Amino acid sequence: MGIQFTPEIEAQFKSLLPRYPNKLAALIPTLYLAQEQFGYLRPEVMEYVAQRLDLPASQVLNTATFYTMLHKKPVGRYHIEVCTNVSCYLRGCDDVLEALQKKLSIECGETTADGLFTLDEVQCLAACGTAPVMCVNRIYRENLTPDEAVKIVDGLNKSTKP
Amino acid sequence: MDIHHMATNVLLRDPSIDWTNLDNHRKAGGFEAVKKAFSMDADEIINETKRSNLRGRGGAGFPTGVKWGFVPKQSEKPKYLAVNADEGEPGTFKDRYWLRKDPYPLIEGCIICAYALGINTTYIYIRGEFLEEIRIVEKCIEQCRRAGLLGKNILGSGFDMECWVHPGAGAYICGEETAMLSSLEGKAGQPKLKPPFPAVEGLFRCPTVVNNVETLVCIPLIIQNGGKWFADLGTDRNGGPKVFGVSGHVKRPGLYEFPLGVNLKDVIYKHCGGILNDRKLKAVIPGGSSCPVLTPDEIDIPADFDSFKVVGSMLGTAGVIVIAEPTPLIEVLLRIARFYAHESCGQCTPCREGTGWMVRILENIRKGLATKKEIGLLMDAATKIEGNTICALGDAAAWPVKSFLQKFPDEFSRYLVDAA
Ligand SMILES: Cc1cc2nc3c(=O)[nH]c(=O)nc-3n(C[C@H](O)[C@H](O)[C@H](O)COP(=O)(O)O)c2cc1C
Ligand code: SF4
Ligand code: FES
Repeated sequence: MGIQFTPEIEAQFKSLLPRYPNKLAALIPTLYLAQEQFGYLRPEVMEYVAQRLDLPASQVLNTATFYTMLHKKPVGRYHIEVCTNVSCYLRGCDDVLEALQKKLSIECGETTADGLFTLDEVQCLAACGTAPVMCVNRIYRENLTPDEAVKIVDGLNKSTKP
Repeated sequence: MDIHHMATNVLLRDPSIDWTNLDNHRKAGGFEAVKKAFSMDADEIINETKRSNLRGRGGAGFPTGVKWGFVPKQSEKPKYLAVNADEGEPGTFKDRYWLRKDPYPLIEGCIICAYALGINTTYIYIRGEFLEEIRIVEKCIEQCRRAGLLGKNILGSGFDMECWVHPGAGAYICGEETAMLSSLEGKAGQPKLKPPFPAVEGLFRCPTVVNNVETLVCIPLIIQNGGKWFADLGTDRNGGPKVFGVSGHVKRPGLYEFPLGVNLKDVIYKHCGGILNDRKLKAVIPGGSSCPVLTPDEIDIPADFDSFKVVGSMLGTAGVIVIAEPTPLIEVLLRIARFYAHESCGQCTPCREGTGWMVRILENIRKGLATKKEIGLLMDAATKIEGNTICALGDAAAWPVKSFLQKFPDEFSRYLVDAA
């Protein structure tokens, strides 16, 4: 079967359009919806979004490639993003990152062989007062210690998506 | 989120109450300011805002009432309000508070601003990482719609305004206002040369006001209590209270509300409990990572936009980053330099190339591979970026490098091959 939004995603997509005076403005929210359903934005998915919004495929590609949160490659089931910017550095993020690298046996930017975990270093998450900080599937975990970070990873239920 | 209540107590409210609940907000006088605004005319609202000496809380400190005055009164095109909730300057974590804990004052600020300027559509541009915050704000907007506080004929006034959340997608540069508007239009977030200013030609090429979250949160307070009341809370030309976010090596990091003009040293030593583990203070970045660094001798000053300028720095977003001994400052500067290199949109050669150069030179210095000549090159790269780019990200990348090198030369020269 070809690529198609599920009825739920379709409803959300339809609710986006009246918010904007043109379809291009709905592109980023639509790409998020596509990413939610298809995991990442492979070329066919971007084609589909272009067609749904009556946009040239080049425009969709141009926008999608500019933004780091729009994934052009597959990411693991659990996406762990550790802030390594200045306030987090002052509060020990390097130790948190090192503990996670050791625990998962991967470097930043890599995914574990079983496809479960992707580890990334990210820029300031705007939670500097509760540093160090990481996100797991976009949920913030703050005031971390290396042990706690490892415990959080241990506790992730490996069979279901949260 | 650690919230500390200080001298004034109007921006950060009692944390024991759920302010995302509309009933709680209304019981505490919520939307009274909107009602009052509807009984005023547009010019009165703008004048009251001017009188308040409110200056933009997004970093640049431009007087809000003056900015509003640039929006054409008569326009054949629709006008827009775009709220900047892209918070991303390292050391800055204040806007997240309202998005997460207390969004209704922001919505009130949007309604009042829109009413005064004849705007019927507001977009709140929230950084994509703030997934929970996006959901919370959307929920609160929906509550307002149901209660007749957004949408058609708000509170029976005849005034209509719709409000939508628009998500960012992981690009710090979209905090720059013209980049944010391009991003809202569905394009890559690349800054544009000004003029034209957004107030004249912004979103969808229509007149657009861009304001920071905290700026708009101040508006209902100003309308309710008067511009003079707000102005009197701060210092000359620096009206009002302000939320400071203190991070790094203090005993009690977190958010603090102070009147503008609070002493920076007191913030660190009295309110934040002093330096972590009673270590010695080494340096303070006073307003987010782009602001020139201060030495411990320079911090006994009032914290407001004008006083920080006198010591060659800036209040910025009031994100105070405190650095204690024995932190190697080259590490701190490297993180900052890497950040701006990573976030440069690449349009201007000095910014694209210069930020990369600065990172590589700093890395060489730290590895012990550099000579005195490279410190000169580093200074030169920073100087060449400054003032030669489309947007202020270039300057933001240059200022920390210049100020760290000038104020803490030993922190860099000690790694040199030819160190004396
Ligand atoms: C690189 C760069 C990043 C910026 N990021 C933000 C931001 O995250 N939030 C913000 O409110 N303003 C940010 N600004 C400032 C905006 O361009 C703009 O001045 C501000 O949103 C205006 O609102 P205000 O007058 O209420 O402060 C940034 C500016 C630059 C140059
Ligand atoms: S200064 Fe840097 S970020 Fe700003 S427009 Fe130029 S290249 Fe882009
Ligand atoms: S520096 Fe890590 S959240 Fe800001």
